[in-house]
Formats: sequence, structure tokens, C-alpha cells
Amino acid sequence: MTRSYSPTELLASVAAGLLEDNSSVFVGTGLPMIASMLAQRTHAPNLLIIFEAGGIGPQVPVLPISVGDSRTFHRAVAASSMHDVMSASQAGYVDYGFLGAAQIDPYGNLNTTVIGAWDHPTVRFPGSGGANDVGSLCWKTIIVMRQDRRRFVEELDFLTTPGYLDGPGAREAAGLPAGTGPYRVITQLGLFDFDETTKRMGLVATHPGVSVDDVQQATGFELVIPDRVVTTDPPTDAALAAMRDIDPTGMVIGK
Amino acid sequence: MRNLDTGRGKLVGWHDPDEHRAWVAQHKSRALEDKRTSVQDAVDKYVQDGDLLACGGFGHIRVSMAAVYEIIRQGKRDLTLCGKTAVHDSDVLIAAGCVNRIEVAYAFGHELRGLSPASRRAAESGRCEVVAEISNAGYQWRFSAAAMGLSFIPTRVMLGTDTLKRSSAKVVEDPFTGKPVTLLPACYPDVVLMHVHRCDMHGNAQIDGITIEDFELARAARRLILTTEQIIDNESIRKSPQDTIIPYYLVDAVVEVPYGAHPTLMPDLYYFDEQHIGEWLRLSKSEAGVAEYMDRYVFGVGSFKDYLALIGGAEQLEYLRQVEHLEAPLEAPWLEEKRK
Repeated sequence: MTRSYSPTELLASVAAGLLEDNSSVFVGTGLPMIASMLAQRTHAPNLLIIFEAGGIGPQVPVLPISVGDSRTFHRAVAASSMHDVMSASQAGYVDYGFLGAAQIDPYGNLNTTVIGAWDHPTVRFPGSGGANDVGSLCWKTIIVMRQDRRRFVEELDFLTTPGYLDGPGAREAAGLPAGTGPYRVITQLGLFDFDETTKRMGLVATHPGVSVDDVQQATGFELVIPDRVVTTDPPTDAALAAMRDIDPTGMVIGK
Repeated sequence: MRNLDTGRGKLVGWHDPDEHRAWVAQHKSRALEDKRTSVQDAVDKYVQDGDLLACGGFGHIRVSMAAVYEIIRQGKRDLTLCGKTAVHDSDVLIAAGCVNRIEVAYAFGHELRGLSPASRRAAESGRCEVVAEISNAGYQWRFSAAAMGLSFIPTRVMLGTDTLKRSSAKVVEDPFTGKPVTLLPACYPDVVLMHVHRCDMHGNAQIDGITIEDFELARAARRLILTTEQIIDNESIRKSPQDTIIPYYLVDAVVEVPYGAHPTLMPDLYYFDEQHIGEWLRLSKSEAGVAEYMDRYVFGVGSFKDYLALIGGAEQLEYLRQVEHLEAPLEAPWLEEKRK
């Protein structure tokens, strides 16, 4: 019997499970930080964590507020620069990139710029930040976000960050690095991947207590649903304890 | 090179490299002069209405808030800001009416703390115009191109997206690979504000920790105002020249302002002042609150020392040092709201 856990803790533990030891990951603010730090403290002690402001290979002591926070280069192998880490990504050194978004479409394209028309927005979001760079240059992009019909949409209000654009071969045709693209999407409902042929999003697993119908109801486009859908593993006691240690103030995982 | 696509964003900060070289030859002194001055004089002399402005650091990290507050105090107008992950600086400058145009890689947000009420209101009402979109690496490389004295730099970001369509970049066929490649126009900001750990009176400057994009930005700037925690002698610079990130000939003004990055973080010296940032986020929910903040912390203080006394003085600054060194727990008003 495991302890009770929050949806955020489940998300972080599922995300951490995707990161292998001795791989490199480009990490954004919030949940991606928790997931990467959790992976480093459990099954992936040699996970190479990279932050866009220049932190390379830190042993992050406690959850940073920002990707440029001093914690992002605590006991790091290098305190470098944005030019250095973005160039390393462009040259193929970064395996995983971790992103959030306000909207996602079936091909894993992301919007973090506006809701409504670009020049007369209903809601103005911060913009690309490093998201377009990560989604363009890392080998595999992992997206962590909340799922509902306003966020999982057939058509984005604005395409900030490239997924598979409009389908197979589109990234390469646009000039993006070959063999890159979205890899997994994790939400409060389940885990998703992308069909190898069509490049459309499909369901891999639901979280405990979530049905396939719940997932489809919260998706504004047709999902690829395989014959067999598995259930994700709840976080272990060790993972829950590690997350409390990583985020003692409950900044991301809550209190 | 065949042109494949052209972004519709407004091009800001670009110059023909020969024009820039001529400007440098005429305006940037190579003399090893004493450049120490006051923040009032530096801003008065080097920040002009209508300028393209960029701030060193990143988000809430190592931003020259002493110079930012002075720009507000002097009522500079019609500035365009490089939103190269510009967070607190852009929020207060837009709220104060100094900045009315911005090129956005990241703005209108305070990372984990939430979105920026004041500058979002300005963007959504059209009071602050977004002139173009770009990515963080894209902006960084616009400065790289300028630092190298070039007209553009190629990269593989932004391809296939609306970010590119709303940027000032172009897509061409790479003459070597035959594949599409993005060309980012160089960006030479009219004036850059940068806060460093230490420099000498000539402007030879050292930065501890990550340099973010300041190596390139300092070299892309036309005018560069340095605020510094400490002024050291030239001999100390010469003893460890490998530590110089910014050589003196790039620098126009040197101002010693201890804690000059407050409430942003200064690596190894002080952490984010979350009480202060939280107060801003609370007050900036309304225009009356913005005015209250500006009256209290910007217009109501005679010097940066007065400002530091107002934010809690030595006791608060010691607490921020302890948080930076992981010796005291983090407290933040916005955290309380998030936990609810």
C-alpha cells in the first residue's frame, strides 16, 4: 500500500521514469525540474541536466524558481552561457527536452504565445522563451501539461514550438534537424506518444482510476487508441519522499 | 541563396555592419579612462527617448534594477525593449509607461510566480505593442551576429512555426546543404544596462556564475552602462585576466551600486527578494497599485541606499544572503497563495 499522492506527484514520477541514466535533458521551470531532479536522485544518478541560462550538469540542491537561479549551477560541471548550451543542443548533444504549453495539437505542436488573434490577443502568454529552441533542437521532446478540450485542440491559435508540424516528413522539409520531434506527452489523465507512421498523438497509458473515455472526453481531436492501454505506476514511497525533499515549500507539488 | 520565407515582424536594432563600424570608430573610445559616474548621469547621458533597450542578466537574475528604476524616475519614453527573457525589468518599465514596444522571446510572465498583471494588461489593450516574436536562442544569436560585426547569423530554430512568421528572420536555402535554414538579423541595441559582480574604473568587468548571454550582449551594445557591486583596482583585473568577461572599450559608464540588482538574484551574493516581488505582483493587479508602488519605491526615494532601507535594510539583505547560500528557508507571499 503506497501513501496517497497528488496528481502533480504522479505526473512528476511518470515523467522522471522516461529519463534514462547517462542521458542529457534540457529542463524548463516547474514540473520538468522536479521530474529531472527526481530521476537524478533515484534511477538516473548520472543524468546530465542542462539549463538554458548556462547551468550544465548541476546537482540541484532544492527546486529552483527560475532556469537561471543559482541552484541551476550548484555543484555543476560548468557555469556556462546560453550560447554554449543552445549550441550544444543544435549540435546534437541533448537527448531530451522538457516543455509545458497552453495548447497542443494532434501533431504535438505547441502554443505558449497567445489565445485569440496575435495582434489583438484575448490572452497574452509569455511567448516562446526557450521552448521553440528545445522543441527544434533536442532529439526527443517531452511535454507536460494539463489536459482538457481547450488545451488539447485540433488547431492551435498560434504555433510557437514545432511538433511534427502537419505530419510525416514536415519537420525535415521545414529544415529542422533530422530525427527529432515530440516523444511523449504527460497529463493529469495519462501518457501519450506519437504514431510512427501518421505522427499523430496516441494514448499509451491512463493514470490509476482514469478511463479511456475520460481521456477522449478531455481531448478536442481524435486520439489514436490502441487495443491495449496500460495503467501508469503510482509513485513509490521513495519517490514521494524524494519529491518532498526536492520541493520542501510545496512550490510545485503543493502542500 | 534562394529566399524561402520572410517573417513579418518589425526589424529592430539592425544596422548595416559598415554603418556600425563607422559608428564605433566615431563614438567608442579606446582610451583607458575613468568612467565612474552616478546612475543619474549615466542614464541621462546614454538613454534617449525612442531607444532600443536591453538588460543584461535573465528573467530575475542579475538585472541592473538600479538603472531600470532611474529610467523610470527620469521619465524616459517610447523605448523599445529586447524581451530576451525580460521579466521584472520589462514588467515595471512597461507599467511605468517607459516602454511601449517590445520584441518578445519571453515577457509578461514571472516564471513559477505566475503571469505579470501589469504588462499583460498593456499588451492585451495594445498600450504596449509586440513588434515581433523570437525564441531565447534566437535573440541570443541576434546579439552574437552583432558581436561578430555581421549582418545575420544562420540557425535551425523557429523553422516551420508562427514564431518565425511573426519574427524579423528570413528562411533561405542553405548554399552548402540545400536545406532550409533560418537567418537571424543582427541586433545592436542602442543602450544596454548590465549589473556585474566587480569591475575597475575603466569598465573591465568580472561576472561570477553563469554569464547567460552577457558576453555577446555587451559586444552587441552601442552604449553599455555597467552597474557593479564593487569597483576594484586595475591591478586586480590584470592579475587574473582570464576572469574578464567584458573588456573596458565596450563600456561607456561605470556605477558602483551594491545590491543594485535587488529584487533580482545576484549569484553568490543575494537571492530573489520574494517579499518584494510578491508585493509588486499584488500591487500591479491595478493601475492604482502600480502608482502606489512607483511612488513608494521609485519616485519616493532619494538614492539607492534609501530604497534598500525601505525594502528592509541590512536585516533583509542578510536574510537574502542566507537564502542564496541555502542557510535560510525561502518565504514568498505568492507561495502562500499557490498553496491555497
